[in-house]
Amino acid sequence: MQIKVEGLTMQYGSFVVMRDLNFEITSGEIKVIMGVSGCGKSTLLKHLIGLERSNEGTIQYEGALFSPDAPDYAAIRRSFGVLFQSGALWSSMTLAENVALPLEQYTDLSATDIRELVDYKLSLVGLSGAGHRYPNELSGGMRKRAGLARAIALDPKVLFFDEPSAGLDPLSSRRLDDLILHLREVLGTTIVVVTHELASIFAIADKALYLDVETKRLLCDANPNALLESDDCAPVIRDFLTRGEESQHN
Amino acid sequence: MGKSATIKEGTVTVQVDAVSLSVELAGDWTVDAKRAGFDCVETAARKATNLAKIRVSGNELSSWDAGLLIFLLKCRSLASAAGVELDVSELPKGAQRLFKLSSSPVDAESKVEATDQEEFFGVIGGWFLEATDCLLSFWRFLGELTVHCLELVAGRGCLRRKDLLVQLDAVGPRAVPIVCLLSFLTGLIIAFIGVLQLKKFAADIYVADLVGLALTRELGALMVGIILAGRTGAAFAAQLGSMRVNEEIDALESFGISPMQFLVLPRVFALILMIPLLYAFAILVGILGGLLVSTSVSNVTALQFFVQLETAVGLNDFLGGLFKSVVFGCIIALAGCYRGLNCGKDATAVGQAATSAVVTAITWIVISDAVFAVIFNMIGF
Repeated sequence: MQIKVEGLTMQYGSFVVMRDLNFEITSGEIKVIMGVSGCGKSTLLKHLIGLERSNEGTIQYEGALFSPDAPDYAAIRRSFGVLFQSGALWSSMTLAENVALPLEQYTDLSATDIRELVDYKLSLVGLSGAGHRYPNELSGGMRKRAGLARAIALDPKVLFFDEPSAGLDPLSSRRLDDLILHLREVLGTTIVVVTHELASIFAIADKALYLDVETKRLLCDANPNALLESDDCAPVIRDFLTRGEESQHN
Repeated sequence: MGKSATIKEGTVTVQVDAVSLSVELAGDWTVDAKRAGFDCVETAARKATNLAKIRVSGNELSSWDAGLLIFLLKCRSLASAAGVELDVSELPKGAQRLFKLSSSPVDAESKVEATDQEEFFGVIGGWFLEATDCLLSFWRFLGELTVHCLELVAGRGCLRRKDLLVQLDAVGPRAVPIVCLLSFLTGLIIAFIGVLQLKKFAADIYVADLVGLALTRELGALMVGIILAGRTGAAFAAQLGSMRVNEEIDALESFGISPMQFLVLPRVFALILMIPLLYAFAILVGILGGLLVSTSVSNVTALQFFVQLETAVGLNDFLGGLFKSVVFGCIIALAGCYRGLNCGKDATAVGQAATSAVVTAITWIVISDAVFAVIFNMIGF
């Protein structure tokens, strides 16, 4: 699914959170939104999934305007899945119930079919047989994977990840990156990831957007490896991608 | 910033020449060391006429920490107030770095200082805007809830049976012990006070009237309302608030599932369905408390008590209380769910939401009870 963002601006009073953002995400692409803490990455994600509304600008999914007043709004929302930073599993439900809820809400499948689908989605993220467990019985990594199983319950066309590596050890983080790549391969989903984890950025990004904390504008939209090799790379992005090591050596 | 083995007193020597004030620091300038005061520097600065620079040096400084920083910040304020330069280049490098850390540029926005008058109107305006926001957001909440209720009645909405049953269990049966205990004691207290007074006129049989009418018309619904505001209202606010903090509500919204339909409706319906039953239960147990006192403290028998009760308390009294209890249930559910859904995103906010839900519910219960008293009196109910 193609996403197009034009002139997106968000401000609270005189405090600007994002300024005139313009970019496109092509179908099947893994796009990373990166930047230092406080640059507005998560806010941008919330706009993309409709949890917040901008002051100016538009977001389009496959050419259709994404706005609460638009006729396709509900249908567009159902076409994407979101993995929140904490997993955000509904704590009063088991994993199976978490994954089953969107299916019960939006499909006419029988209880047996839903059960089978839930088992399949859980197995896709490596949680076969854990459906009866409650979120508080799981580790951080398992919660994230369960959140991912729920996010893909309705076979979304776009998957959004908010800081997927946050709170995970390097190995679990790596496994999650592999899972993201695997899901793109298996499901052909467009994937948008908000992160500042360099290892993840280099491992998964087809293209990366850099949000500048000072100007609140978009500074680049390019492949991170190509960016580093390019002479045109802005110093602030080079510093970010090399953890400031190059500027320290200079 | 290493500390010396024995702590020496932090001293200051001040010298004034034609245009500069020299401040020489020596010894230990740490928080736990005895340090010289700032008075001598201030006095010297006042006396100096053509002052252009304040120079701070510390060749004899043994160790330092925030104790030195406090002194340097006072020097900076003094230099700033006098409009002169502050020179710390003769301090040890580490002390300079410490001072530099505290001298990071201030945001342009924070430099703007409001006058007292601007501050006053700013505060009043802030309160007004906050109150307006709160009112508008409550109307939005109420409107959305009404729409979902109407959709449900029209058969277009859905209420998950499992969620409703879970809430019914939490609101009703689990509240029975506390409702029983407090209602029994309330009945007992009313009867006890009544018996002591009515006995003086040999009218202790009328204690049945007192207990029956007080419980059915006023105290039964009020007690159940207050108990549930503290127990269930706070629980609703805390549950929904925690869900907000953990992004669970965001997750619902991202699927296009309305939190109002999924979280609020089962709670509101559960409370509205359960509170009349709890009210009836409270009346029954309260009357038993009154009966216990009447039969044990006065000469009234159980049969006399019930016969008198039947004469005094009519069905209207019970129905009036029952109606009030349903209204109180609505107030509790709305306050709890509204505060929970509008909770902030940190742990403190959850506590504030729970407290606010209880205070809001109890306040509105008491206000609506007063309104009911006036209306019932006017229509002769």
